[in-house]
Amino acid sequence: MSAERVAVARRPERTLFILGCVTIGCALLFLLVNAGGQWDFVLPFRGRKLATALLVGYAIAVSTVLFQTVSGNRVLTPAILGFDNLYVLIQTCLLYFLGSGKAASLDPRLLFGVEILIMVAFSAVLYWGLFGGGGRSLHLVLLTGVVLGVLFRSLASFLQRLIDPNEFIFLQDRFFASFNNPDQELLLVSFLLTLGVSIVGFRMLRTFDVLVLGREMSINLGVDHQRTAAIILVLVAILVSVSSALVGPVTFFGLLVSNLAHALVRTYRHALVLPAAALVAGVCLVAGQFILEQVFAFNTNPRVIIEFVGGLVFISMLMRKAPV
Amino acid sequence: MIEARNVTKRYGDALVVDDVTLRLPVGGITSIIGPNGAGKSTLLSMVSRVMPMSSGTVLVDGLDVRTTPGEVLARRLAILRQDNHLTSRLTVRELVTFGRYPHSKGRPTVQDREHVERAIHHMGLDALAERFLDELSGGQRQRAFVAMVLCQDTDYVLLDEPLNGLDLKHSVAMMKQLRTAADTLNKSIVMVLHDLNFASCYSDHLIAMRDGKVAFQGRPEEIMRPDVLRAVYDLDISIQRIDGDWIATHYR
Repeated sequence: MSAERVAVARRPERTLFILGCVTIGCALLFLLVNAGGQWDFVLPFRGRKLATALLVGYAIAVSTVLFQTVSGNRVLTPAILGFDNLYVLIQTCLLYFLGSGKAASLDPRLLFGVEILIMVAFSAVLYWGLFGGGGRSLHLVLLTGVVLGVLFRSLASFLQRLIDPNEFIFLQDRFFASFNNPDQELLLVSFLLTLGVSIVGFRMLRTFDVLVLGREMSINLGVDHQRTAAIILVLVAILVSVSSALVGPVTFFGLLVSNLAHALVRTYRHALVLPAAALVAGVCLVAGQFILEQVFAFNTNPRVIIEFVGGLVFISMLMRKAPV
Repeated sequence: MIEARNVTKRYGDALVVDDVTLRLPVGGITSIIGPNGAGKSTLLSMVSRVMPMSSGTVLVDGLDVRTTPGEVLARRLAILRQDNHLTSRLTVRELVTFGRYPHSKGRPTVQDREHVERAIHHMGLDALAERFLDELSGGQRQRAFVAMVLCQDTDYVLLDEPLNGLDLKHSVAMMKQLRTAADTLNKSIVMVLHDLNFASCYSDHLIAMRDGKVAFQGRPEEIMRPDVLRAVYDLDISIQRIDGDWIATHYR
């Protein structure tokens, strides 16, 4: 049995291939089942949803895996530290202070840029918390993040209550775009940003691998740890902005996906873990959306299910081994 | 040569390493000894750039560790600290292969593979090469990490308490392997040791620290003396000469 386990563990490429096939299968099911013959309407409509789901899955998976690598911890995710609640807060503030008229007239790309800048600034603060002054307590950082996340969410919902109901609908439209009405403009910008992040990340894949050994070992092996960690946090901030802009905050999904991917491919190599996580996320979102549409006829929110399962995983991870 | 000039580490008001100026000898084994809190590990960490210093300069072959690119230093100096915590599962061979990163940037060549196999063999890990680190005992894991820094093939190897968690047999084996590495591969090995007698039997040079300063340094026979050790440890330690080694007895 142990030999069999080792054999599975030794073949991450095969696991990746199977995952790829499952993803394609899910995508085809999603596109083709129950189309009712109106291909010219159904295909582009479902195609946009599919693209959104895959892009969001990719952004969440990659940001979580990278964040866990740099923080050296499998329990932390950007979402648990309040990254995506901050995004919602920024959006809300913007609308509250500018009003929907002005907010809508602003160039969405410029807006996205400003939002990402603020997110990057927040990740700099977090960076200081995580790595400044040499090894702060993980529990402290985790707790701070959770509290900040709640603060951001509460502030956002407070402002939302003060806003004119009509404005609020405008706002809700913005960040709860969900897969059902993806904004094409936003989708394109998100795709380009994600592509940019991927190109930067691709060139650093082997450096990411070294970070698995921890800060001191990375420095010993000649990696500029400070610089690499800073780059990763910027990449993470951009990806979280992308996923939050497209579907809103999903707290535990990243955790679920990253740990599933690590369990499936069992390797430290990011060239394998990152695609695996992205594919797992894609399968979850596309299959979830498919079941939601075809089986439950839109009666349930997939995010509720994802949060429920993810939350259970989070608690079980905390119970099993308190992170060092 | 590794040279520390006026190296100081301060945490708030507490001086952990106090203005240390030191030249570490080239070649052979140098052991840093001293009581807890003397600043031994801190000094080693600052010399190896893993920990920033409050003030002072460290030169490795004339290169300032604060300004020289990390990848250049990584081919001259290797450090192994205690408590290496990994978040991913790695096999012994994968870990040791990381030692070649400064040379191959993650794309090991045939020569790199040879280095890896030699280091695995040198540390007696042949049978364990495909095992995951979390399936090994503390001592085996420690040997795997030492194999990794040896595989890095640097002139200077700094080790923070390499005998930590090893039983008697494996401690002796580790010290012999390090001695061989120093003698046959011409490496300069500097380590922090708590066991005085291992330090005395295997080192060419001893550095005794106390209260953040270098209190004494010299050959083992110069340091392994009751008056010197009393000044370092505040303890009456008698020294016996047994089979050509200076042995401290300090158990009563």
